[in-house]
Amino acid sequence: MRSKLVVVGNGMAGCRAVEELLARAPDRFDITIFGAEPRVNYNRIMLSPVLAGEKSFEDIIINGQGWYEENKITLHAGDPVTAIDREAKTVTTAAGHVETYDFLLLATGSNPFMIPVPGKDLEGVVTFRDLDDVEKMLQAARTGRHAVVIGGGLLGLEAANGLNLNGMEVTVIHLASTLMERQLDEAAGFLLQKELESRGVRILTGAVTEAYLGDTGVRAVRLKDGTEIPADIVVVAAGIRPNVALAQGAGLAVNRGILVDDLMHTSDPDIFAVGECVEHRGMVYGLVAPLWEMCRAFGDCLAAIETQGYQGSVLSTKLKVTGVDVFSAGDFSPGDDKEDIVFRDARRGVYKRLIVCGDRLVGAILYGDARDGSWYFQLLKEGASIADIRDTMIFGQSLAGAAANPTDAVAALSDSAEICGCNGVCKGTITAAIAEKGLTTLDDVKSHTKASSSCGSCTGLVEQLLALSLGDDFQAQTGPKPMCKCTDKTHDDVRRLIIAQELKAIPEVMQHLGWTTPDGCSSCRPALNYYLLCAWPGEYVDDKQSRFINERAHGNIQKDGTFSVVPRMWGGVTNPRELRAIADVAEEFNIPTVKVTGGQRIDLLGVKKQDLPAVWARLNAAGMVSGHAYGKALRTVKTCVGSEWCRFGTQDSTKMGIDLERMSWGSWMPHKFKMAVSGCPRNCAEATIKDFGVVCVDSGYELHVGGNGGMKVRATDFLAKVATEDEVLEYCGAFIQLYRETAHYLERTAPWVERLGLDFVKARIVEDETARKAYYERFLYSQKFMQDDPWEQHARGRDIAEFKQLETV
Amino acid sequence: MMTMENWIDLCGLDDIPRLGARQVMISGIPVAVFRTSADRVFAVEDRCPHKGGPLSQGIVHGNAVACPLHNWVIDLELGEARAPDVGCVRRFPVRLAGETVQLDAGAIVVQAAE
Repeated sequence: MRSKLVVVGNGMAGCRAVEELLARAPDRFDITIFGAEPRVNYNRIMLSPVLAGEKSFEDIIINGQGWYEENKITLHAGDPVTAIDREAKTVTTAAGHVETYDFLLLATGSNPFMIPVPGKDLEGVVTFRDLDDVEKMLQAARTGRHAVVIGGGLLGLEAANGLNLNGMEVTVIHLASTLMERQLDEAAGFLLQKELESRGVRILTGAVTEAYLGDTGVRAVRLKDGTEIPADIVVVAAGIRPNVALAQGAGLAVNRGILVDDLMHTSDPDIFAVGECVEHRGMVYGLVAPLWEMCRAFGDCLAAIETQGYQGSVLSTKLKVTGVDVFSAGDFSPGDDKEDIVFRDARRGVYKRLIVCGDRLVGAILYGDARDGSWYFQLLKEGASIADIRDTMIFGQSLAGAAANPTDAVAALSDSAEICGCNGVCKGTITAAIAEKGLTTLDDVKSHTKASSSCGSCTGLVEQLLALSLGDDFQAQTGPKPMCKCTDKTHDDVRRLIIAQELKAIPEVMQHLGWTTPDGCSSCRPALNYYLLCAWPGEYVDDKQSRFINERAHGNIQKDGTFSVVPRMWGGVTNPRELRAIADVAEEFNIPTVKVTGGQRIDLLGVKKQDLPAVWARLNAAGMVSGHAYGKALRTVKTCVGSEWCRFGTQDSTKMGIDLERMSWGSWMPHKFKMAVSGCPRNCAEATIKDFGVVCVDSGYELHVGGNGGMKVRATDFLAKVATEDEVLEYCGAFIQLYRETAHYLERTAPWVERLGLDFVKARIVEDETARKAYYERFLYSQKFMQDDPWEQHARGRDIAEFKQLETV
Repeated sequence: MMTMENWIDLCGLDDIPRLGARQVMISGIPVAVFRTSADRVFAVEDRCPHKGGPLSQGIVHGNAVACPLHNWVIDLELGEARAPDVGCVRRFPVRLAGETVQLDAGAIVVQAAE
């Protein structure tokens, strides 16, 4: 007879505990999980990258619906447990559901601490704990301008960074005199403050919050010194408190957290608790690593496996703010018996401090270069003698003498040593997966074990484990990454060799460059097709089967398999005849949605594939051509009305936009390419977040490049100022061609400019007139073969089979 | 349940582009018929096990197709998604008789009835 385990809490601890149990005793328990949030189990510590726009919710799901089904786990999401009856051995939910248990696991986590000041219940005062909070913040970023974050600790700063990236003006209010004072010393806290300030976050230290002001919604925060700071949203990140209410109500022993022993028993032997809600040996934890260790102890105990139980945790922290490397571990409180080893490199912005007590490392703070964090942390946890490496250890593992061989160091780790902190994956799990599933690459390990798939800081360790397990068979991905799994060549290698060896067809490239697959994959084939058509304009014959469906069908595939149709409107200008034709075609083909796009075009959504050629024929008849809204190509040129109508306009920006679009339409690019022309510095056409933007001024045209308004907003870099329309066209054409010839496929101009540097672009486009003219001419030459409307050709019957089903049987 | 095989002619081999696919409705089921670079043909239900994307619109490579919606790679020989994704798609018997692609419609009727 199976025993019945009920888990209260569908978060990281509850589900991890179930995973640990299933790994040890797969068929011994009927498992039911109750969660307060109406969704599957996700990685809470990755909410910061979600807020920052670097990950989506799907990316951070740990266990999707399938996991519950496969393991026959009953999930009640969105219905929190409100009471435990220990006599009857039942739990009751808010909705009145009653469930019996043989064993109960409490994983209720913690609640954010709300500072008890007036106004704390106002709308817009939120915490940073779950996906709903993230959504509230993103909503505020869309409608408001000012954000205040209370608390300059780990969570508060990640929230501040995320809100800042979402375009808000953020002020952090911090009680202590330096940021993250529990994890960092004054020097590192100061460097961190300067860095965040340089990114536009305002930081007030030693500041005491007195009240949140507003009627129904918050509008400002008042500090004790009377300062008022405007706020459309207030994020309170002032610490957490274990969520013990349920345990308390059931009469379990509770202090700051639910009291547990080394086997995670509460004061009732049939009730266990793990995670942030517990207190173990006087310690309450708010980080993820202890949770993994507790869950292992719980799994051992309930599966009746001999175990030493949970022994408490040594903590380390990393700040998840992209581009800021901060690591801290152990103890750095002052003491007579402690000595510091400090390293500073002001130019690189690096500060490292190791705290040594006798022959042991007891603390580490790393700022600006945290690569050796896990090595220091291991030394610290093991209490290893550092006598032999003391002189060199500050320079990192690779230079630290005796223990220098990193593979030896990884080999020496025990199977339970944690490799990936974000996902709690230990060495044994990775080596077992490599052996059992025959994994050979970093990507394999990422997809099968989740190790190294979140922040990526453990990539080196995972590669060393692969090297250890596979020996000579392992080929580390040294240097730049290969294009895809079909080759060891990089994008740059392939582009160079296509020209040097005069390779003019995809099979030829694959043959000469040693592809390991017969006909590539869905990642390399579209890239090769682009590289070839860019290298050999007029000669290369486009390979339709190597294009993504959108570019093959000249429309954007939608989630239901229908397509969208966006006719080109030069510079965003249209007329009654075109509008009438669009209206007619929408009615004739029952097109369900007609929408205006962000790029000043009209989008017809929900067109059936077989209708596409006829729809295009109607639009062609009214003089419209493909808008390439589906392609890695020139998309739109957005304009304002400029000097023709606007009382502020300095030049004819509309005409300039139309001229640019006429010149560049139809060209295939490494990725989509958007332009805009604003008639004055008020910049109504938003030219400074475009791939190529023009801002007109009285004396001419300012040219801006490398902007992006997408997931990661990037304002353009100023390229040059020119006097005439012809120069605008020349600089623009040359810039596009430089991008076309040097970017990796699927690399937007923003990351491309950052990879190669603005100086690289200026040297070729601004400073060297001969080079600029050569790029411009190559662009115009290539355009000779590009500017025939694909819609018209298909409407006339080219590749008609693409748009037809076979006869129904 | 036993049934008679019922091989029907679908189309000529050249009606399917090499490294491409065509869609055909059979007994109300959308079926994607693929042709590889080595001229092997495969037929599966035209629905990705992930979010129902039309597999016939994907990029064909080796004996696999990448779904156009979220790039799941489906092995056409096994009818299964390639790791790390997990899922399977219905396969239908197809064969080449000379230059003609034939499909066993009997198998579809049975599966539709089940």
